[in-house]
Amino acid sequence: MTEPLLKVENLRIELTTRAGVTPVIDNLSFELGHGENISFVGESGCGKSMTALSIMGLLPEGVGRIASGSIQFDGEELTTASTERLREIRGNEISMIFQEPMTSLNPVYTVGEQIAEVLRAHQGLSKKAAWDMAAELLDAVRIPNAKGRVGDYPFQMSGGQRQRVMIAMALACKPKILIADEPTTALDVTVQAQIFDLLRDLRRDTGTSIIMITHDMGAVAEMAERMIVMYAGRNAEIGLVDQIIDHPRHPYTKGLISCVPHIVANLTEERHDLTEVPGIVPSLQEFGKNRCLFASRCNLRTDECLRERPPAREFENGQKADCWHAEEL
Amino acid sequence: MSDPFTDLEEEIEKARHPVAEAWEMFRRNHAALVALVVLIGVVIMAIIGPALYARDPYDMVWTPFTRPGENWDFILGTDYLGRDLLAMIISGTRVSIIIGLAAAFVSVFIGVTVGALAGFYRGWVEEALMRFTEFFQVLPTLLFSMVIVALFGASLPMIVLAIGIVSWTAVARITRAEFLRIRELEYVTASRASGARNGKLMFRVILPNALPPIIVQSALMVGSAILFEAGLAFLGLTDPNVVSWGQIIGSNRTYFLDASFTVTIPGLAIFVTVLCISLVGDGLNDALNPKLRAR
Repeated sequence: MTEPLLKVENLRIELTTRAGVTPVIDNLSFELGHGENISFVGESGCGKSMTALSIMGLLPEGVGRIASGSIQFDGEELTTASTERLREIRGNEISMIFQEPMTSLNPVYTVGEQIAEVLRAHQGLSKKAAWDMAAELLDAVRIPNAKGRVGDYPFQMSGGQRQRVMIAMALACKPKILIADEPTTALDVTVQAQIFDLLRDLRRDTGTSIIMITHDMGAVAEMAERMIVMYAGRNAEIGLVDQIIDHPRHPYTKGLISCVPHIVANLTEERHDLTEVPGIVPSLQEFGKNRCLFASRCNLRTDECLRERPPAREFENGQKADCWHAEEL
Repeated sequence: MSDPFTDLEEEIEKARHPVAEAWEMFRRNHAALVALVVLIGVVIMAIIGPALYARDPYDMVWTPFTRPGENWDFILGTDYLGRDLLAMIISGTRVSIIIGLAAAFVSVFIGVTVGALAGFYRGWVEEALMRFTEFFQVLPTLLFSMVIVALFGASLPMIVLAIGIVSWTAVARITRAEFLRIRELEYVTASRASGARNGKLMFRVILPNALPPIIVQSALMVGSAILFEAGLAFLGLTDPNVVSWGQIIGSNRTYFLDASFTVTIPGLAIFVTVLCISLVGDGLNDALNPKLRAR
């Protein structure tokens, strides 16, 4: 197997809060291959966005820091890279789209200017060339009448259109990795489907790897090959999407899947009750403790779970789950 | 590929440009609109007045203390040396407007720089710069600017500098507050994620969005700078080679009881100009502050 495009090993991110230092990401490892689409799934506050920000080198200054572990991009270590080098990579080789298309665009510049700006900064294009390219990109993300709309301000566009603009901006320099942090959460369902279609097509055309962060299991099933389920800053389960949905090996994953009504393969007359995962995510003070953090919400809990943090168990099919009872599931 | 949804989107009416919307709001404030017209008149007078009314404000042309209306050649009368008051007022307009604008520019320049650096970098930079700002805030402004002018000479640039140096703190605090708010917004993170440098983030991404309250404050600053200059000139701390409104008041103040018009006329000029600037500033606030839009 060839070297992965992105390799994250034993990543630990610490956040300094009033209560002290807490590991919001604790011993996370994963790999992303060329052209692969991997999804991070989990509840709010489980560290999905932190992982994304750490790859971009954008952890909140003075608050969050990478305590240990490594992030290798194309063989290059990012945790020790200079700020100048990180800036070159950002937007050029790794780029990101955000959750809120309504606020992710600068309201005082036209969308064309904003896309052209990225092109000029990273590719050294002339003003005219960058502008023409911006129009082409808008066309590529299927904004109707792209030539006429490059001069529009963000407030003249709908939410779905703005997210398309964000995607155009992120893909302007043909990045190797696109990180999409809940790209469709703020959009309504029909627009969501269009954005997913768009991302899928763009990935097919450009070969960009995508890291998608979401809490929507449906989106994962539709988009990704592999998924990482995160819980309270830790890896809960990792593996191929089909396998995990077919047979989750972590009670949390199982709970997440049974929350979603429409990923049952065959509709039958018999309807299963929709279940929920009881309880809430543990508070930050609980993070980093040497026990299973999911134990308080788990119906399989045993003494073992409270005594020691579960190690990763690997199965023959490559699926890995951090649970003492993975085999039983 | 044609998509029924995207075709529909084209039909949706485009939102209006914010500048057009701001003008609409400004227009609804009648006082501000009238004040703007008066101000434009004042500025025109400053520019072409001396050419239209070509009488040297320093020439002693008639009997001192000629009252307004006594002699139609000197509509506003003459001062204690027999100089034409109208010529002096017109000539003083230029000085007042120039000093008002230049001093406001200096204080906005200092204030925005300090506030932007403090709000953007946070940490010890902010701490140091804000203590520095507070130091200037507690200085007695008139006294401090008098010291500057007394030490370095009463020339126009020095007066502008003196006024600018004592009045930038408000701008710095507003700019910092806006930067603190805007730096956390998503489009700033998005720009950072697309590889923007700090300088660009500060001045091309955040500053344009922080401008509305800074513009309002700067407009008010022009008014207070004019008042400040009048105060300095009244105390004699002004360039003796140019006429200014405050200087007219200052030099005639001893004859106030006998010939009050020599003081009230330039006083009215200051009053009207500064009032109009305040009203326009208020109108700008209505136009640029989204929180007041709902009214």
